Amino acid sequence: MFGKGAASLPFLVKKERQMIMFKKRARKIYSLIFVLPTLAAFIIGFVYPFFNGIYLSFCKFKTTSNATFVGFDNYIQAFQNEGFLRSFWFTALFVVVSVILINLIAFFVAYVLTLGIRGSNVFRTIFFMPNLVGGIILGYIWQLIFNGILQNFGSNIELDATYGFWGLVILMCWQQAGYMMIIYIAGFQSVPADLYEAARIDGAGKKQVLTSVTLPMMMPSITICTFLTLTNSFKLFDQNLALTNGAPGVVSSSGTMVYQTEMMALNIYKTFYANQNSRGVGQAEGVIFFVLVVVIALAQLYFTRRKEVQQ
Amino acid sequence: MKRKNVTRVAALTLAGLMAAGSLAGCGESSSQGGSTGGDAKKGKVYYLNFKPEQDAAWQDLAAKYTEETGVQVTVKTAAEGTYEQTLTAEMDKSEAPTLFQVNGPVGLANWKDYCEDLSKSDIYSQLTSQDYGLKDGDAVYGVGYVIETYGIIYNKTLLQKYCDSDFATVKSIDEINSFEKLKTVADEIQANKEALGVDGAFTSAGMEASSDWRFKTHLANLPIYFEYKDEGISSTDAIKGTYLDNYKNIFDLYITDSTCKGSDLANKTGSDAETEFATGKAVFYQNGTWEYGMLTGKDPKSTFEMTDDQLGMLPVYIGVGDEAKQGLCTGCENYWCVNKDASEDDKAATLDFMNWCVTSEVGTTALADDMGFVIPFKAAKEATNVFVKLDNELTANGKTPVSWNFTTMPSENWKNGVGTALTQYAAGTGEWDDVVKAFVDGWKTEYAAANAG
Repeated sequence: MFGKGAASLPFLVKKERQMIMFKKRARKIYSLIFVLPTLAAFIIGFVYPFFNGIYLSFCKFKTTSNATFVGFDNYIQAFQNEGFLRSFWFTALFVVVSVILINLIAFFVAYVLTLGIRGSNVFRTIFFMPNLVGGIILGYIWQLIFNGILQNFGSNIELDATYGFWGLVILMCWQQAGYMMIIYIAGFQSVPADLYEAARIDGAGKKQVLTSVTLPMMMPSITICTFLTLTNSFKLFDQNLALTNGAPGVVSSSGTMVYQTEMMALNIYKTFYANQNSRGVGQAEGVIFFVLVVVIALAQLYFTRRKEVQQ
Repeated sequence: MKRKNVTRVAALTLAGLMAAGSLAGCGESSSQGGSTGGDAKKGKVYYLNFKPEQDAAWQDLAAKYTEETGVQVTVKTAAEGTYEQTLTAEMDKSEAPTLFQVNGPVGLANWKDYCEDLSKSDIYSQLTSQDYGLKDGDAVYGVGYVIETYGIIYNKTLLQKYCDSDFATVKSIDEINSFEKLKTVADEIQANKEALGVDGAFTSAGMEASSDWRFKTHLANLPIYFEYKDEGISSTDAIKGTYLDNYKNIFDLYITDSTCKGSDLANKTGSDAETEFATGKAVFYQNGTWEYGMLTGKDPKSTFEMTDDQLGMLPVYIGVGDEAKQGLCTGCENYWCVNKDASEDDKAATLDFMNWCVTSEVGTTALADDMGFVIPFKAAKEATNVFVKLDNELTANGKTPVSWNFTTMPSENWKNGVGTALTQYAAGTGEWDDVVKAFVDGWKTEYAAANAG
């Protein structure tokens, strides 16, 4: 409607022209008003807590409204926290393994389900479903399953860090692969058929089609999927809490328990509530964690984006 | 044109409302302070309750109070094991709890800045002994409102059945008055579990979060109690662990003469043990007075039907001191605190409500009957709880109650560390040395961390 009005602008009399200009300005004001609720929500729900959180990481506090500034103390303590450092390496290992496995599984399933076999839609729905279940519930369900098997061998998922690690990996694959599969299916379907035809005419083999046509054309999907799996795995909390809660632990030389299957988010949560002085330390760990996730995610985006091709 | 006007008006109204809403939100907090004394009729009470078992009873009592006085009382209960988290979050709100709980000196250190001095309050003067006040210097920041007792609950019918059997070396329940005797009985029950129709002497010592406090906190109280007694102290920055071998002995007994394997304990819950005991699958069950409602079916959530004459409680013997004189573990880890930052009206209303709970007919009846509490106040009703009666009996017979010293444990982190070490020891994947390390070295580290600055 607006475009039409603008096109006929030269033929309008002055008064009408002014009217349109007025409407244009009004539109701007309207759009501001309409964006206001969301903007307010964003500021209240994100911007303010975010900056307040950074400020609190430099404070000693009990409740957020009652904080005393202590400088870098919390950060020093955070880096001295054995559990935090241990959780970083555990998280890093988990991220590497789960990102690779989830994407391989999702890619493969998506490939199979785009071949046009009967019942593809049913399978897609079923594979996607685990994603709709909440993390805590999933964690408890899988704990029952794993323990049901492990108790025949006199063990338990909370007693062996290896079981705990692979338990988490299996759980995450099961939950995330379906979601990534949907993205990959969309990717597969967006590759134009004429590209395949051209490749075949040029005498490309199956392997060559995959590496020179499908994969480059799928790079946007791969970027998204690696980004999602990377950040999801890094920030994992619910599943970790419900499945192992960090157990088993090893007693360090200072007598504190260092938990073996504790990921960073869970460690931060536990540090926060550890004792009356630890809130700020937990907060500082949270800020360090944020910086880490942002840096790694941006690096990943940079590297996979470079491989994307224009269609 | 007309339609546009409508939209414009609607949009402006909406924006206006939003702005008004956010301004109103900011303004609220500025209304506190000012007046002295406060008007209880104008105030309201928000109680953040610690005990999930008593949630329904508190809601009920709050409703009755509102009906009687017209003062609004909100009761919220934190889920098991999340009180500290819930309290932290709630205290940050503009409508913060006016009445909350701390568990003793360590809990108080956490929240002292938020506690009103109760030394001049009515409720403090109602205490039967001023020892139940949680003091810091001259100020009284908390008032203990419930006295509880724990020990080894036993099934009288089954234990009598054991005593009457030919394989029994201990021929009467009264003879069990030391760790040695307890171990003999438990071992013999375990060896003859088929004959007695049980799965084990002790219920599963579950190490899941709903149950592990029975061992990492309550059982751990005993070595701490005896050490404090030796040293003549009431708290410490570094525990020696003099009686940790005895702690090991009793824990070993729990996990060997048990209904299940040690490796299964990691996921056994509180209700697992409760069910085993209430259905007669085990003879002994370490727990406290608060279990009475569940075991007898007086708690509406319970489906069990044990009777008073089936229930008894033994002291937790660990083989230290004069065991013949040892009583049950009795103490308090529930102190009421009033939020200092609440408005004067709310504070007045809260103090009135607390006082009403422990002095009025309705309040004391509810606390004694519906919640099964023994309250240390002058107007207290006699509790119907059989464990409570037993405790009074033992004390009257000259036994010395074991006090609750776990309130001096340095932090939650310390308890969790000991709990994890115990779980792994029970499963056979960890060593007892780790429990000792977490107990002794961990105490020192955690105490230093919690009390720095």
